[in-house]
Amino acid sequence: MIRDITIGQYYPADSILHRLDPRTKLMGTLIFIISVFLFHTIPGYAVATIFLAALIKISKVPVKFIFKGLKAIFVILIITMLFNIFLTPGEVIWKLGFLKMTKEGISLAVRMAIRLIYLVIGSSLMTLTTTPNQLTDGLERGLRPLNRLHVPVHEISMMMSIALRFIPILLEETDKIMKAQIARGADFEDGNLLQKVKNMVPLLVPLFISAFRRANDLAMAMEARCYHGGEHRTQMKPLCYEKRDHVTYLILAAYLAVAITFRVVGI
Amino acid sequence: MGIIKALKVGFDYFKYDDDGNVQETQRAVDDVNVDIQEGEFVAILGHNGSGKSTFAKHINALLLPTEGTVWIDNMDTLKEPDLWKIRQKAGMVFQNPDNQIIGTIVEEDVGFGPENMGVPTEDIWKRVEESLSKTGMTAYRHHSPNKLSGGQKQRVAIAGVMAMRPRCIVLDEPTAMLDPNGRKEVLDAVHQLNKQEKVTVVLITHYMEEVIDADHVYVMDEGHVVMEGTPREIFSQVETLKKYRLDVPQVTLLAHELKKSGVDLPDGILTTEELVNALCQ
Ligand SMILES: Nc1ncnc2c1ncn2[C@@H]1O[C@H](COP(=O)(O)OP(=O)(O)O)[C@@H](O)[C@H]1O
Ligand SMILES: [Mg+2]
Repeated sequence: MIRDITIGQYYPADSILHRLDPRTKLMGTLIFIISVFLFHTIPGYAVATIFLAALIKISKVPVKFIFKGLKAIFVILIITMLFNIFLTPGEVIWKLGFLKMTKEGISLAVRMAIRLIYLVIGSSLMTLTTTPNQLTDGLERGLRPLNRLHVPVHEISMMMSIALRFIPILLEETDKIMKAQIARGADFEDGNLLQKVKNMVPLLVPLFISAFRRANDLAMAMEARCYHGGEHRTQMKPLCYEKRDHVTYLILAAYLAVAITFRVVGI
Repeated sequence: MGIIKALKVGFDYFKYDDDGNVQETQRAVDDVNVDIQEGEFVAILGHNGSGKSTFAKHINALLLPTEGTVWIDNMDTLKEPDLWKIRQKAGMVFQNPDNQIIGTIVEEDVGFGPENMGVPTEDIWKRVEESLSKTGMTAYRHHSPNKLSGGQKQRVAIAGVMAMRPRCIVLDEPTAMLDPNGRKEVLDAVHQLNKQEKVTVVLITHYMEEVIDADHVYVMDEGHVVMEGTPREIFSQVETLKKYRLDVPQVTLLAHELKKSGVDLPDGILTTEELVNALCQ
């Protein structure tokens, strides 16, 4: 399951989406997420679906990759849906002991599911078309005003980009340790939850040790390459808006306007 | 004075107890004197724990000497206020290829050093292109480092150092985690940089075969430099090397054994060809 997380997995391709400024894409993702919460009727979801499908088409990322991200949230999705179905008060249509399935519950559950799925697809589309470095550059520039409030924006974004680089490495390592432990008779599959958690300990200990060693090595390597914080640092790929970004902002504004209108009118 | 000069360098690692007081000290490097000329290819040999890495970290001021002085291009590492000026002059490549690549795309990683140095954007691109071609990694510039082989990752790391336009580069066991192909790949790249770009190279290793082409060899043991000389001088002392728990190249060992059992051979034979020639005479 862990290996299905698509966040931080850039899919190299040559598309307009790939070339957009990361700030534009971040804003776009934000607007898309807001829109998914604004829409609450079938025509509304249809608009969001068309918008998303068009983006996926433009991105040239194989659909397979985009849906892979969903596998990781499958369990969360089911749990959220069950909670919604059985715990929302309203018109009861089915009853099992103290569990009451309500009509309102079902409609809420479906809506939550759609929102969650679109949220994940939308954000994986962004991470698939943006290199983690661009992404953090985008965040760093976008959040720069917070610097005045003494928020260490550069440090945070550096931390994020390093985290993103090491996620695949650590996942691979987890896999390796797991296999090594299974070969020695460890069991990660059977038993109840408590046992499973207990069985994870021999996995986590070596993983943590290795992660700290890596962190130490990496800090040294960064220092060796003259890293001394964000001051006086230049950028290889500085961010600057192009015409395509301005056009995208216009499209985004129009899309947001549609979403708000739908909400206000109540479609 | 050479580009790298160390005079009576000593270094202690401190162990602290829970209250932050020094509990014990461990001398990792002791009374080391080194003078390396610009353009040289120098190898440092030594068994595990002999202090090679500790000394290497003094060359780019990751560690500062407890005793003695290190000068890099006439800058005293203890007195220089901007340590990154020294680090730019003396680049460093580490053992584990995964733990030294910062960028998620090859070219972005190569640009990391120049970015930190405040090089203007256009120049960064020029440097990145240059160093990628010098290490033969241009074809991989848009790849993710995770998808490269060990040897390729190390070449990316070398390219990253070269982009800072250093005068010398220190490689701390860069081939220890690689397969034979990867080792050859990395060594070829390093030799080429040394010959064509005239970069001073300090190669730390415990593979004897990698040392044969060096101009000068230092052997370390328990923090001291115990032997020093050309590869031929070093390898002619097979018994001494064994004492420091170092393996001599197989040909040299064979020649040594032959000589011991009465065959008339010169000392310090390094390659198969030399041995064949000497035997045929
Ligand atoms: N961070 C550290 N803290 C304490 N002791 C260390 C540290 N790094 C190395 N040492 C000790 O210093 C000595 C030299 O280590 P090192 O320079 O890594 O040797 P080499 O690279 O030749 O294997 C060893 O005895 C080692 O245990
Ligand atoms: Mg070492």
